[in-house]
Amino acid sequence: MKRSLPATILLLIFIFALLAAPALLPEFHVTLLNYIGLYAIVTLGLVMLTGVGGLTSFGQAAFAGLGAYTTAYLTTVHGVSPWLTLPAGLLVTAIVALSLGLVTLRLSGHFLPLGTIAWGISLYYLFGNLAVLGGHTGISGVPPLHILDVELRSGRDFFYLIWAILLGLILATRNLLDSREGRAIRALKGGSVMAEAMGVNTPRSKIVVFAVAALYAAVSGWLYAHLQRFVNPTPFSLTQGIEYLFMAVVGGVSHVWGAILGAGLITVLKQWLQDWLPRLMGESGNFEMIVFGLLMILVLHRARDGVWPMLQRFWPQEVRRARAEGVPRLAKRPLPEPGSVLLEVTDASKCFGGLVANDRVSFRVRAGEIMALIGPNGAGKSTMFNGISGVDPLTSGRVSFRGQRVESLPARRIARLGMSRTFQHVRLLPAMSVIENVAIGAHLRGRKSFVAAACRTDRDEDARLLHEAAVQIERCGLRDQMYEPAGNLPLGRQRLVEIARALAADPCLLLLDEPAAGLRYTEKQALAELLRRLRVEGMGILLVEHDMEFVMGLADHVVVMDFGRKLAAGLPEEIQRNPTVVEAYLGGVE
Amino acid sequence: MDLQIALLLGQDGVTNGAIYALLALALVLVFAVTRVIFIPQGEFVAFGALTLASLQAGKLPGTVWLLLAMGTVIALIEGATAVRAHRFRRLPLILLLNCGAPLLLAASLLAVSPAGLPLPLQVLLTLMLVVPLAPMLYRLAYQPVAEASVLALLIVSVAVHVTLTGLGLVFFGAEGSRTPAFTDVSFEVGDAVLHGQTVLVIVASILLIVALYFFFERTLYGKALRATAMNRTGARLMGISGDLAGLLSFTLAGAIGAFSGVLISPITTIYYDSGFLIGLKGFVGAIIGGLASYPLAAAGAVLVGLLEAYSSFWASAFKEVIVFTLIIPVLLWRSLKTRHVEEA
Repeated sequence: MKRSLPATILLLIFIFALLAAPALLPEFHVTLLNYIGLYAIVTLGLVMLTGVGGLTSFGQAAFAGLGAYTTAYLTTVHGVSPWLTLPAGLLVTAIVALSLGLVTLRLSGHFLPLGTIAWGISLYYLFGNLAVLGGHTGISGVPPLHILDVELRSGRDFFYLIWAILLGLILATRNLLDSREGRAIRALKGGSVMAEAMGVNTPRSKIVVFAVAALYAAVSGWLYAHLQRFVNPTPFSLTQGIEYLFMAVVGGVSHVWGAILGAGLITVLKQWLQDWLPRLMGESGNFEMIVFGLLMILVLHRARDGVWPMLQRFWPQEVRRARAEGVPRLAKRPLPEPGSVLLEVTDASKCFGGLVANDRVSFRVRAGEIMALIGPNGAGKSTMFNGISGVDPLTSGRVSFRGQRVESLPARRIARLGMSRTFQHVRLLPAMSVIENVAIGAHLRGRKSFVAAACRTDRDEDARLLHEAAVQIERCGLRDQMYEPAGNLPLGRQRLVEIARALAADPCLLLLDEPAAGLRYTEKQALAELLRRLRVEGMGILLVEHDMEFVMGLADHVVVMDFGRKLAAGLPEEIQRNPTVVEAYLGGVE
Repeated sequence: MDLQIALLLGQDGVTNGAIYALLALALVLVFAVTRVIFIPQGEFVAFGALTLASLQAGKLPGTVWLLLAMGTVIALIEGATAVRAHRFRRLPLILLLNCGAPLLLAASLLAVSPAGLPLPLQVLLTLMLVVPLAPMLYRLAYQPVAEASVLALLIVSVAVHVTLTGLGLVFFGAEGSRTPAFTDVSFEVGDAVLHGQTVLVIVASILLIVALYFFFERTLYGKALRATAMNRTGARLMGISGDLAGLLSFTLAGAIGAFSGVLISPITTIYYDSGFLIGLKGFVGAIIGGLASYPLAAAGAVLVGLLEAYSSFWASAFKEVIVFTLIIPVLLWRSLKTRHVEEA
């Protein structure tokens, strides 16, 4: 990502300040900075999980505990080198996180955090009661770390290691979020329906982001164990897990730098409160939690994005641009022979309880043909779209797409076969730029995964994906708005972004749900022109639309639906003359 | 383990289970109506128990200050809104409700010595002190963000929980309290002794559940809450205010929580932070019911109570580990059972 000059200067100042800090600051402040670094590593994982992925966890402290206890146990009891216990701790954490994720992530969003609360408590008591782990007194005598014969004994020695790891993780996280898989993770926040329809395996994305957050926590725990040289259950309790979430929310849950900011703010505030609150109260206790709780409620009421966005306003933001020159195009899918049957729907029915939304509807769409599905509001057109695209499967009936039965496949598998769609109620990520939104459509045309993204070995492929997105955006006439946040566009244009996103998938069948709604006359004409061009190229298009002029001037065939049933089918001219259709639309003539 | 111990443990389990069941019902109710996962439910248990203990010890319970403070803040907010809307005639009512009533209560606590009052009156005073905190919490912490996501509301809940626990420490100190049993009666059933307090808890729980059933089935407000739980928008279109439904469900949850605290305080020593674990065990029960089904939630809660009682015999150190790990198979079972479809 290209950064603006002031942001780069700020970053450099920050890094120089860090480099100089241990030499200039007294021991106490170095220790405080060490803790901020350790907490920020855990919080960074939460930012990814909560702010970016829309999931959350109160159990991050327990994951840190897994990392810490694994190394403490292996180094003290079995004398294993700390550099081997790090992967061991990561492995233990990954296994626990994956199994917990597999159990909870299929349920709706709030079961995961509830699960992590229970798991946080359960692990805390386990640490405290297992004799091999030293019970509530914990394990002492954890050996110090060595880097090439240099022993890291003091906090000052540790400082550079902690902050180097933190900055490395921040870099990797930023890289990951600015990639194909990263966009898929960011799409989770807008609900899984759109992401699935674009071919994203959302359960996999959720589990990966949950596991990555857990691994960050485990790294922090490993560092903690060797910094403190002893572990006990207290720092891995649920209370600490809640505090991590507070750090993320206060700092700015959608921004990687919010992790450091939040960890810093809460740690310093806590230090300060712990100094004078007991004096005020006349006794000791966790009184700072009252202030934290109130602060948290206030942040959630008044500034849900945390403190980082407030600071961020002071320097200009740069959006990543697509490279225009010298980027090879992505391979295109060979389109089926024009005139061949692409989609065949047979006796499709969908019931919602007693309501029959689709009642044995049948029709076909051929390659190189525009088929319009029309009918009064509530006729079941969008339901039919959801059934065909696998978003909300049919109750009965057959759908075959390019000769393959798809009615019981999940949406992402159908998308992989070359069907792409738009939504009647626009499903864009309003804070993401138009080009990034459209690039989600090209998800299935890339291969590079998480690790490649974090290490930036995916740049060539990602440039091709973004270039493809840019091409489709231009095709839909949105060139000037390519780098604007999608939420800033008027609704009609957001529909065009949806079309560009669907086209970025390189489909052979395009499902458009009311694409012309909210467009001006000239924009409608441009859209009609685009659809005609796609038809000539051999794409099949299934269209739901209320604008009759638009439909009748464009469609090759029309299917009319009313009360869930197919009322009529035929050429546009036939439909316009059909008396039952006229009656359905205008009411009977008595 | 012989039969006698088994019966004893079973009795313990059912007693605690009955309390968890009450809490589970309240949690399901609040979640269904407001989408709030009411983590602070447990604090109401602790506040109920400790307020009663303070009254019996002749001390002024700290919850009075909380009631006064929250009432004042609400009066300020509502008053400012009323003034801005030029609806000055609402001011007396706002002041009376939020400041007058708590002040009256505080004054009467100072006037009579609650330690000398008969138990039912002490319990009544406790409920009057603790229950109003729940709708006040809804007004201050939840109502301004009522439309936020379940996740954001959950984070608010955790923040409220943390705040209340901290306040609990300020109000009641770090020492635990146990109130004397309501009754010393005990029955001999075969080999086992059945304590009167146990019977009381179970009977009271059942009565409360029956009362809730009639509230939801027979009264207009109960039906309004059910309607809101089924379809918020639809209920609003029918003239049921979402805020009212929220306040009402929180009041019920606060009442159930505080009453559970009163019931449990003669059985176990309650500390300022005991409520959290008790509430969470209600949660495990509620999750068994998928946060949706009342009978399943109650049954799950009794199961949690029994599991806890028996595991405290065999592996007492791992009691909490066992109870909270139970949630994993439960969640697995639920995830295999439900197919989650997002609203379009």
